[in-house]
Amino acid sequence: MLEKALSGSTRYRAWIGGLLLVILVGVACYVKQFNEGLGITGMSRDVTWGFYIAQFTFLVGVAASAVMLVIPYYLHHYKAFGKITILGEFLAIGAVTMCLLFILADLGQPMRAMNVILHPTPHSILFWDMIVLNGYLFLNVLIGWTTLTAEKKGIPSPKWIKPFIYLSVPWAVSIHTVTAFLYAGLPGRGFWLSAVLAPRFLTSAFAAGPSLLILLALLVRRISKFDPGREQIQTLAKIVAYALPLNLFLLGCEVFTVFYSNIPDHKMHFQYLYFGLHGYNALVPWMWSSVVLAVVAALLLVNPGTRRNETVLAAACGMCFVATWIDKGLGMISGGFVPNPLEEITEYWPTLPEGLIALGIWAIGALIVTLLYKVAIAVREQEAA
Amino acid sequence: MGTGEEKGMDRRGFLKLAGLGALGAAALPAGWSLVKPGEALAALGGTVTDAVTDRRRWAMVVDLRKECPAGCRDCITACNTTHNVPTFTDEADPKRHQIKWLWQAPYNNAFPGNEQEHARKGLEEQEVTVLCNHCEHPPCVKVCPTQATYQRPDGIVMMDFHRCIGCRFCMAGCPYGSRSFNWRDPHAGLPAKVPNPAYPTRMRGVVEKCTFCSERIDAGQKPACVDACTEKLLVFGDLKDSGSAVRELLEKHFTIRRKPNLGTQPQVYYIV
Amino acid sequence: MIYDKGKIFLGLAIFVALVASPFWYNPVFGTGSSAPPEVKLPAKEKQCVLPRAEMRASHMQVIYDWRETVVRGGGRTVRLPDGREMKMSLSNTCLGCHDNKKQFCDTCHGYLAVRPFCWDCHFDPKEQV
Repeated sequence: MLEKALSGSTRYRAWIGGLLLVILVGVACYVKQFNEGLGITGMSRDVTWGFYIAQFTFLVGVAASAVMLVIPYYLHHYKAFGKITILGEFLAIGAVTMCLLFILADLGQPMRAMNVILHPTPHSILFWDMIVLNGYLFLNVLIGWTTLTAEKKGIPSPKWIKPFIYLSVPWAVSIHTVTAFLYAGLPGRGFWLSAVLAPRFLTSAFAAGPSLLILLALLVRRISKFDPGREQIQTLAKIVAYALPLNLFLLGCEVFTVFYSNIPDHKMHFQYLYFGLHGYNALVPWMWSSVVLAVVAALLLVNPGTRRNETVLAAACGMCFVATWIDKGLGMISGGFVPNPLEEITEYWPTLPEGLIALGIWAIGALIVTLLYKVAIAVREQEAA
Repeated sequence: MGTGEEKGMDRRGFLKLAGLGALGAAALPAGWSLVKPGEALAALGGTVTDAVTDRRRWAMVVDLRKECPAGCRDCITACNTTHNVPTFTDEADPKRHQIKWLWQAPYNNAFPGNEQEHARKGLEEQEVTVLCNHCEHPPCVKVCPTQATYQRPDGIVMMDFHRCIGCRFCMAGCPYGSRSFNWRDPHAGLPAKVPNPAYPTRMRGVVEKCTFCSERIDAGQKPACVDACTEKLLVFGDLKDSGSAVRELLEKHFTIRRKPNLGTQPQVYYIV
Repeated sequence: MIYDKGKIFLGLAIFVALVASPFWYNPVFGTGSSAPPEVKLPAKEKQCVLPRAEMRASHMQVIYDWRETVVRGGGRTVRLPDGREMKMSLSNTCLGCHDNKKQFCDTCHGYLAVRPFCWDCHFDPKEQV
């Protein structure tokens, strides 16, 4: 079926060409990083995780959101989603691949990555993260490919795929719960030491992922003969309409706990992010933009009138995606490291090579999703014919 | 795509099988040699005579009652010299890629949350010597995915620079900011003839920190910083030896430790 | 009947030549001698940790084992069956006897195009680099 991705219109080839160019630039920057060390990034002794790990954390949530299509269709027999579960699974493949690439890009000694397997360490959450991420990738590849192949042949999916599909539901929840546990168990990092971190990861994932899926579905409808369906998009929008306000509510819970309890160890990180601390305020405009975008998007999504208008819906989904990206992809990591354990402040901002490497990896994800979507669309178009 | 309905195998199926077979065959000898540690030592027929046991538990006591002499950095210099810790002089912001195993921080930074507004004059600004606390329950060891940082039976939290993959999870896990990462090649911050050729440098991409001078301890010496302090403000010893200097000091004086409520049980005690 | 016989056989000849180049390049273009180099043995000691043939074959295994033992707290001193006691250290023990890294280690490694990354961190104490 992969051969369907190898042919397409001029616009398709131009898009692929553009992505390959961005990837090439990213690879060139990575070679520089590999030779000179991670010092070419903006990270420092105090802020030891930065843009790469932030993207990984954000994308883990996007990857898990495939489950928001699987649960209604396979567990509750919501037939309408049958058309588009493949889009969720293929997006998950792209997202998880990006997660793994971001982790590799962030390692100081990437050629030793196999040490995590050679010296298994069950008491380290990173060990479990490696297992669940790779397992989820394998699951989605298996499920996506098998169901699409069966569909192409015009026969029902083989029975043995069902247990894997059921497994993918708790597994999706596990990937970002485990990722949240990377942060939530560190005694020295008051910003992350919160029981609500894992639930927040879930709500922001189920807001960001389906938002992206809606945007992709609208795009697919525009550029191909396959229409994911108006009802499907509306149901996805309702999922975001619940997840995003829940995410804001959990943020409110965190804000209450840290400010009412007034414990400096927890409070000072929120102060730094939203108000600035001792004159350091690089992230303040970003964090407030994130809040405003999220609130506006939530209002647009909750209100049925605006939600049903697909143009407004697209704008709201874009705002939701950007808002959750800023929150998880910028604020969360910096917030944890600033101030440092000695209450000193070193700010963080990604450098140009760091940004280009990150962009290159996003382009790899976009390439994977493009190729896989091309295959899925081709099969659907063939069916419709 | 092949119909797969033909008898036997089509070309695609054969290629898939051949690929998997080659992969498996290649993995076998490579994998096997990796899981046979101790083979060479056994072939030598040798026995190791001084394996580390839990007979001792090392700890340090820092006397803050007396201030360090102004500008004195003997302990830090000794540490950096003994372990070839680099100092980069070509950076716009020296803090960013700095590597420090042992350093001084003002009291309010070393003990945040334990501010002493009305204590004796000078306490809050006093420079406190801080280092890895070699905790009894180290969070850094808990989170390391390869056991590149691990605890020796005698309590020292060690670094295996060969195994470290540079993920920096340990740095996120340390509540004391005791760890440094090699953001660049350390040789760029060292003279061509390194201060101590008997001790290796590290390479870029691995985490490092104070190791209580494990190589000196194993040779019966004290850590370099302890020996270097002319005021004798750093005391090192064995907690399991009831007659040791550290035990005496801990019995005689009240001490505080950094962030005691986190449950890490740090083993660097400060007499205030 | 083979179509494009000329092109096929020409391509095949070029392919074989390229693939076999490691074998014929040196005799044709090289300095001539492809014999293994002579290493300079230490003047004082006559006996290494293991007999020569075994050290040649498995010195990396010995070094790895010593590394794991020393670094991971298993001890620093090994007593060999013949009674000798040695400190397990690359820079201090191995290079203590084989004190000229260039004339001993690098000669064979260079000849075989082996680049062990040990030297990123460990020194020949005499070179101090």
